Amino acid sequence: MLTYIARRLLISIPTLIFISLVIFLLLNLAPNDPMAQVPLTVPPEVKQKMREALGLGQPLYVQFLKWLIQLFWIEPQVFIDYMFNTSFSEGKLRVISWQTRSPVMDIIVQRMPQTLWVVGMSYVVGILIAIPIGIYSAYKQYSVFDQVGTFVTMIGYSVPPFFTGVFVIVIFSVQLGWLPSIYDTTHTVVDWETFKIQLKQMVMPVMVLALQTTAMINRFMRATMLDNLNQDYVRTARAKGLSEWTVVMIHVLRNSMIPVITVIALNVPAIFGGAIITEQVFKVNGIGQQLIGAIYANDLPTVQTITFMFAVLIVLFNLLADIIYGILDPRIRYD
Amino acid sequence: MRIKSLFVGLAAALIATASFAGRGSDGNVSIIYWQAPSILNPYLSGGTKDIESSSMIIEPLARYNETGALVPFLAEEIPTVANGGVSADLKSITWKLKSGLKWSDGSAVTSADVKFTGEYCMDPDGGCAQLEKFDGVTDIATPDDRTIVVSFSASKPNPYGPFVGGQTPILQKKQFANCMGAKAPNCTAENFGPIGTGPFVVTEFKPNDVIQMKANDNYRDPSKPAFATVTFKGGGDATAAGRSVLETGEFDYAWNLQLAPEVIANMEKAGKGVAIAGFGPLVERLEMNMTDPSPSLDADTRSTRKAPHPFLTDINVRKALSMAIDRPLLVEIGYGKAGDVTCDLVPAPDLYAAKNTHCLKQDIAGANALLEKAGWKKGSDGIRAKDGVKLSILYQTSTNAVRQDFQALIKEWWQQIGVETELRNLNASVFFGGDPGSPDTYQKFYADVEMYANTFDGTDPQAYLSAYRCGNEPKPESQWQGANINRYCDPAYDALLDKLSATGDLKKRGEIGIQLNNMLTKDSYTIVPLVHRGRVSAHAKSLGGVVLNTWDSELWNVADWYRIK
Repeated sequence: MLTYIARRLLISIPTLIFISLVIFLLLNLAPNDPMAQVPLTVPPEVKQKMREALGLGQPLYVQFLKWLIQLFWIEPQVFIDYMFNTSFSEGKLRVISWQTRSPVMDIIVQRMPQTLWVVGMSYVVGILIAIPIGIYSAYKQYSVFDQVGTFVTMIGYSVPPFFTGVFVIVIFSVQLGWLPSIYDTTHTVVDWETFKIQLKQMVMPVMVLALQTTAMINRFMRATMLDNLNQDYVRTARAKGLSEWTVVMIHVLRNSMIPVITVIALNVPAIFGGAIITEQVFKVNGIGQQLIGAIYANDLPTVQTITFMFAVLIVLFNLLADIIYGILDPRIRYD
Repeated sequence: MRIKSLFVGLAAALIATASFAGRGSDGNVSIIYWQAPSILNPYLSGGTKDIESSSMIIEPLARYNETGALVPFLAEEIPTVANGGVSADLKSITWKLKSGLKWSDGSAVTSADVKFTGEYCMDPDGGCAQLEKFDGVTDIATPDDRTIVVSFSASKPNPYGPFVGGQTPILQKKQFANCMGAKAPNCTAENFGPIGTGPFVVTEFKPNDVIQMKANDNYRDPSKPAFATVTFKGGGDATAAGRSVLETGEFDYAWNLQLAPEVIANMEKAGKGVAIAGFGPLVERLEMNMTDPSPSLDADTRSTRKAPHPFLTDINVRKALSMAIDRPLLVEIGYGKAGDVTCDLVPAPDLYAAKNTHCLKQDIAGANALLEKAGWKKGSDGIRAKDGVKLSILYQTSTNAVRQDFQALIKEWWQQIGVETELRNLNASVFFGGDPGSPDTYQKFYADVEMYANTFDGTDPQAYLSAYRCGNEPKPESQWQGANINRYCDPAYDALLDKLSATGDLKKRGEIGIQLNNMLTKDSYTIVPLVHRGRVSAHAKSLGGVVLNTWDSELWNVADWYRIK
C-alpha cells in the first residue's frame, strides 16, 4: 500500500507541472487585457505603461518560469517563515495579483475561512441529510416517502442556485425580514449572541448549497442500496435470522458505500473551489468569488494560482478515494 | 448638471439644522458597491470603485462639487488668473494648503507631501494610472511648507489636472517614500491602508470584499464625520445592492444601480430608501467607421486610413442612419430617469453643451428620401445599393442587456430605410481590452458601426475632444492604441483644437468646444450620440447629507453624512 501511494504521488508531479503549463498557455492564448476595466478616460499610452509595470512585455517562457519559481520556491518559504518566524523569503517577489497588487496567497488564506464555513458546512449538511434519505428510499422503494424524496431531489438537481438563492432571499430577507441577504465576512464569533448572528447569516447560503449536494448524493445512495438489497448475501443474512436493522445498516450499507464515497471524495475539491454562483448571490466573497472576479479582471496570476490549487486538490482526492476503497473493501488491494 | 431627486434638496436643507452632534455620534454607516474595491491607491488602479472608496481616506487639493464647480479641499482657495494663483501666461499654478492640516497619524501635511505625490505618479517605472493628469508638468516647487507651484511646459488653459478630483489625491511622503517606481506594486500594506487627511481611516481592508473604517481623529473639522465607523462592502450585482438598500434596509448607500427603470421603481415601493440620479458627461453613442473594415483587406490596411469606407464616407448615409433612430424610445426602454436624449458628444457641463435638437425626432421618411436623392436605390431584396455597393452594416457592441435591446431596435429602424444590419456583441473585457492581438477590440473596429459609452474626468473636455485629432487613430504602427476610434481626420478640426489649447478665457473656450462638438456630430455625423446617461444610486431614508456628484467621487462629501433621527 505504501509503495502504491508513493508511486501515485511521484506520478502526480509531472502531471501537475503539465497541468500548470496548460493552464498558463490557455490563459495567455485567450484574448484578454488586465487594463480592460480601467475607464476609457485613461489614455492608451498610460495603459501601455501600466501593462509594462505588471511585467506583461516579457516573453511567455520568462513569465511562466517566473510564476513557477514564485509558486514552488518562494511561496513555500513564505509559509515556513510564517510557521517558524524565519526570514527566508525576505525581499523575494511573490505571486502578485494584478488587481490588488498584493500576494495572491494572502488573499486565498484570507478567503479560506468563509469558504470552508459556508461551502464546507453545506457539504456536511448535504451528506447528513442525503444518506439516511437514500437508505430509507431504497428500503421502501416506490413508497410515498420515496416518491417525495425523488421529487425533491429532482428539484435540487434541476433548479440552479441563482434561482433558489434569490428565491429564498426574497422570502426570508425581503418579505419576512428574518435573515440578512448579505453575508458579513468581518463578523467574528465570540459569544452566544454573535454565534446566533453567524448562524442566521449562514442558514440561507448553506441550505441553498446543501440542496444540490443532497440531490446528488441521495440519488447515488438510493441506487447502490437498491443494487445490493437484491443480492444473494442479503437473503442469506435474513435467512440466518438477523434483524432487519443489522441486515440493512451493517451488511448492505457497507457494501453500498463504495461508489458513494467516491462521489463524496471527488467532490471535496469543489468545496475549496467555493461555490461561485452561491457566493456571488449571498456576497460570501470566498474563493469562488475571488476566482470569478479575477477572470473578469483578467488577473492572470490569481486565476493561474487558484486553478492550479484546484488541480492539486483533485489529484490528491482522487488518490484518497482510491485508498478509502481499500479500507472499505478488503478485496481491493493495490500491491 | 441636474439632480432629479427632490430628496437631495430636502437633505441639503437639513444639513444646516442637523449634525452638530459631533464626531462619531451617529454610529455605523454601511455602503455597498457591487464592484468591490481591489486597492486603496488610485494611482495604481484607475478603476472607479478604487478611486471612490479611497476618496473617503485620501483627499486632493480641490474637488468638483455636484454642479461641476471646483471647491477647495486641502487648498485654501481655488487659484485663478483673477486672484493671481494662475500665472498670466497660464504656465504655472500656485496652490496654498489650509493651515494646521494633519495626517491621520497626527503629523503635519506639508507641501513636500504634494510634491512627492507628483513625483510618485510621474516615475517612469511606476505604471501610474493617472499619468495623464500630470501631462506637461515640468516642475513642482515648494517655496514654503504650505505653498506648491506646479509649472507646465506649455500654457495650460485648464491647469486643474494635478491634485484635483478623486483621481489624484495627496499621499503621505513618509508612508510612500519607499514605494517609488518599480517598487510601487509591492507596497501592499501602504496600498491597502494609505494614511490620509479624509474623514475616515482604514482599520481593515479585505481586497475585493470589504473595508472597515473609523472616524479620523485628526480630521480638520472637529465636529465631523458624524459616523464613528464605516462598513464598505463590495461584490455581487447591482440588483442585490439595490435590494439591500431599497428593500431590506441592510445597507445605507448603494452605488451605480445599472438596472432597468421599472426594477428600481418596484424596489422603491418597499419604502426603505430612495433612488437618486445625477448627470455627468457620459454619452452612449454610435461610432461610424470612416475606414474599410472588410476582412478581405490585409492586416496593415484593414480599418486604417489607407482604405476609406465604401459607403460610410458618404455623409448622407451617416445622416440617414441617425435620422432613423427614435432616441426617446431608447431612453424609455433602457434608462428611464437615468437617461436623457442627446445629439451632442459633450452634453455637459452647460458651458460646453451645444444643446442641439436636430436628432430628437425620428424621421424614417426623411431618411429614405435623403438616401434616394443621394443615389442609393432599393434593390429587389429591399436593400439600398449604389454602383454595386450595398448598404450592409456590421454593428458591434459589448455584451449587456440594454445594449442588445438597442441593437435590435436600431436594426429594425435601419431595415425600414433599406439598410441591412448584422449584429454582433462581444464580452466587455475583450471589447474594451486593448489586446492588439485580438480582432475584437473597439480600437481595432473591425465593424462598420459600434456602440459604447464614454465620458471625461472633471469638467474640461479638451483632452476628450483632442482624441479626434488626425493621426491619433488606432493603427498597426501604434499597436492599435489611440483614441480617435472613427479615424476622423479634418485639418479644420485640428486647427480649432490648437486654438482651444491656447485659449484661457472660459467663455471663448465654451464657444470653441461647442464648435468642435458640432463638427463631430451635427455637421458630419461621424459620431451619432444616442443617450445622455446619468447615474442612479440609492440611499436609505435614514441617511442624510447625501449629495450625488457625478463630476467627482460619489462619496466626496461623506464627512457631511449623518443619521436622520
